[in-house]
Amino acid sequence: MSTHVSGPRTRMRPERRAPRVFYLMVLPALALFAVFHTVPLLTGMFFSLTNYAGYGEWSFVGLRNYVNLFGDDRIYGAYGFTFLFAIVSTVAVNIIALSIAIALNGRIRFKTGFRGIFFIPNILSILIVGYVFNYLFSNSVPAIADALGITSLTTSILASADTAWIGVVILSVWQAAAFNIIIYLAGLQTIPTELYEAAALDGASPWKQFTSITFPMIGAFFTINMVLSLKNFLQVFDQIVSLTAGGPGTSTESISLLIYRGGFQGGEYGYQTANAVIYLFVIIAISFIQLRVLQRREASF
Amino acid sequence: MTATSHSAERRVVADRPVADADRPFRPDRRRVNWWLTALVAVCALTVLIPLYLTVVTALKTPDQLGGTGFGLPTSARWENFAEAWTLTSFPRALLNTGLVTVGTVLLTLVTNSMVAYAIARNMHRRFFKGLYFYFIAALFVPFPIIMLPVVKQTAILGLDNQLGLILLYTVYGLSFNIFVYVAFIRSIPLELEEAALTDGATTWTVFWRIIFPLLGPMNATVGILTCLWAWNDFMLPLVVLSDPSAQTLPLAQFIFQGQFNTNYPVAFASYLMAMAPLLVVYLFAQRWVISGVMRGSSK
Repeated sequence: MSTHVSGPRTRMRPERRAPRVFYLMVLPALALFAVFHTVPLLTGMFFSLTNYAGYGEWSFVGLRNYVNLFGDDRIYGAYGFTFLFAIVSTVAVNIIALSIAIALNGRIRFKTGFRGIFFIPNILSILIVGYVFNYLFSNSVPAIADALGITSLTTSILASADTAWIGVVILSVWQAAAFNIIIYLAGLQTIPTELYEAAALDGASPWKQFTSITFPMIGAFFTINMVLSLKNFLQVFDQIVSLTAGGPGTSTESISLLIYRGGFQGGEYGYQTANAVIYLFVIIAISFIQLRVLQRREASF
Repeated sequence: MTATSHSAERRVVADRPVADADRPFRPDRRRVNWWLTALVAVCALTVLIPLYLTVVTALKTPDQLGGTGFGLPTSARWENFAEAWTLTSFPRALLNTGLVTVGTVLLTLVTNSMVAYAIARNMHRRFFKGLYFYFIAALFVPFPIIMLPVVKQTAILGLDNQLGLILLYTVYGLSFNIFVYVAFIRSIPLELEEAALTDGATTWTVFWRIIFPLLGPMNATVGILTCLWAWNDFMLPLVVLSDPSAQTLPLAQFIFQGQFNTNYPVAFASYLMAMAPLLVVYLFAQRWVISGVMRGSSK
């Protein structure tokens, strides 16, 4: 997860070609990578220009799939939900993970034990955790709300098209926070304690210490977490399958789920592949914008 | 982080001799902040409550369910586990997942580190530099775009099985792993290898005898992350596997959920059994897992 390749530069060797053994080391993996990554990518792009249903005959339709995408409400719905979900989750997960990491780095007892507990969600399958959360949201929370007399929560939040996405956010943040906490902890430990000692001598408040020491010093870790979180959340799939299956209606249908459903079950192979190509460009564009903006911010400190 | 209970402060200060009196402003790392500890403990409950719920539900009878679900079972019903065991064909799913995970981790460690070594030591050559960026670029390709063609391809090649999964995980992990390995290998001084080469060792033996052992910490990181991914992944088995007898643990839960979703206790027993192997391993390897992942993130 490094941001740059560091270390001593490899020295120029006299011979122009690398020894053959180096080619032997990369060729098997390169062949597999080409066959299972690049070929499918190109095949996908090719079929996005056809009306292929996933079976049977097909013919070229040019850019018609792409044109149709822009008039499709279901696509807009999926993009709308995915972005709302991804942005809220990215912000939430980073605030929560950073807070917990700072607390775990503070003067507390049972540090290792707590770290161990907070990392547990990361080792569990999201699908299975999703089923447990489904039970929590549909049975436990309404029962508790009932007992406490909170009428707004007595029905499951997953049952309403307006609130179901919140359930997906809670599950996803619960699971993703674990990994982010570890990364932030790694970042926090790179900060020399002398900086805080000096700041304390100058009478800087804890908040001031956070904004002028902690946050700038872990800038690279913040960038990495933001970019990775958003990229991962934009691909949300397991969480939804286990929690809402896209419902109620299509209110929590993510782009990945739509491509899976339309492409495998709906006979829309060509059409959904076009959707996937657009999705590829969206993810690349967002990752690059995010990297540039965040790295510029990092540099300005 | 300033709130400190007064008595705790006094007690710790009493334990520590002179240092504090000399430098009163120095933040003392050994002074425990009990308020913060309590706050962290409360936050930890958010992790523990769902786990607790899983355990108690797995031990109940259907008529004990009701209410919040947090109550303890009046009498533990261990038969839930036996039922889940047979309904999900647990031993077979466990074997499949274990096979895929072990295969993936081994193949990943061997191939990915080797590719990274070749790239890291030849970065000044156009072919290898191009290769590096070719692999890294794949980090940005979302899985759904290649999902549909990959499924067709694996079916045609007869790889819609456990072996296919092992190959796919190894290939899809390559981008990220190359990134981590190359950075690490470039920080290993060349002199070590040059000495061995002058002594007549081949590049091949240099890699296996010198570089691979030096990659220990990186191998741990990559191995742990790969293991978690291959063990828990749901999407790839869902789309790739065609034979039900090849299904992995997450996939078994998915199919099970669809067919028997009314019987919560048996379902939860099944979830617990699917979570348990990694949880047990984690319990023993905790310290090591966390330090491994932290190293991967800070490198």
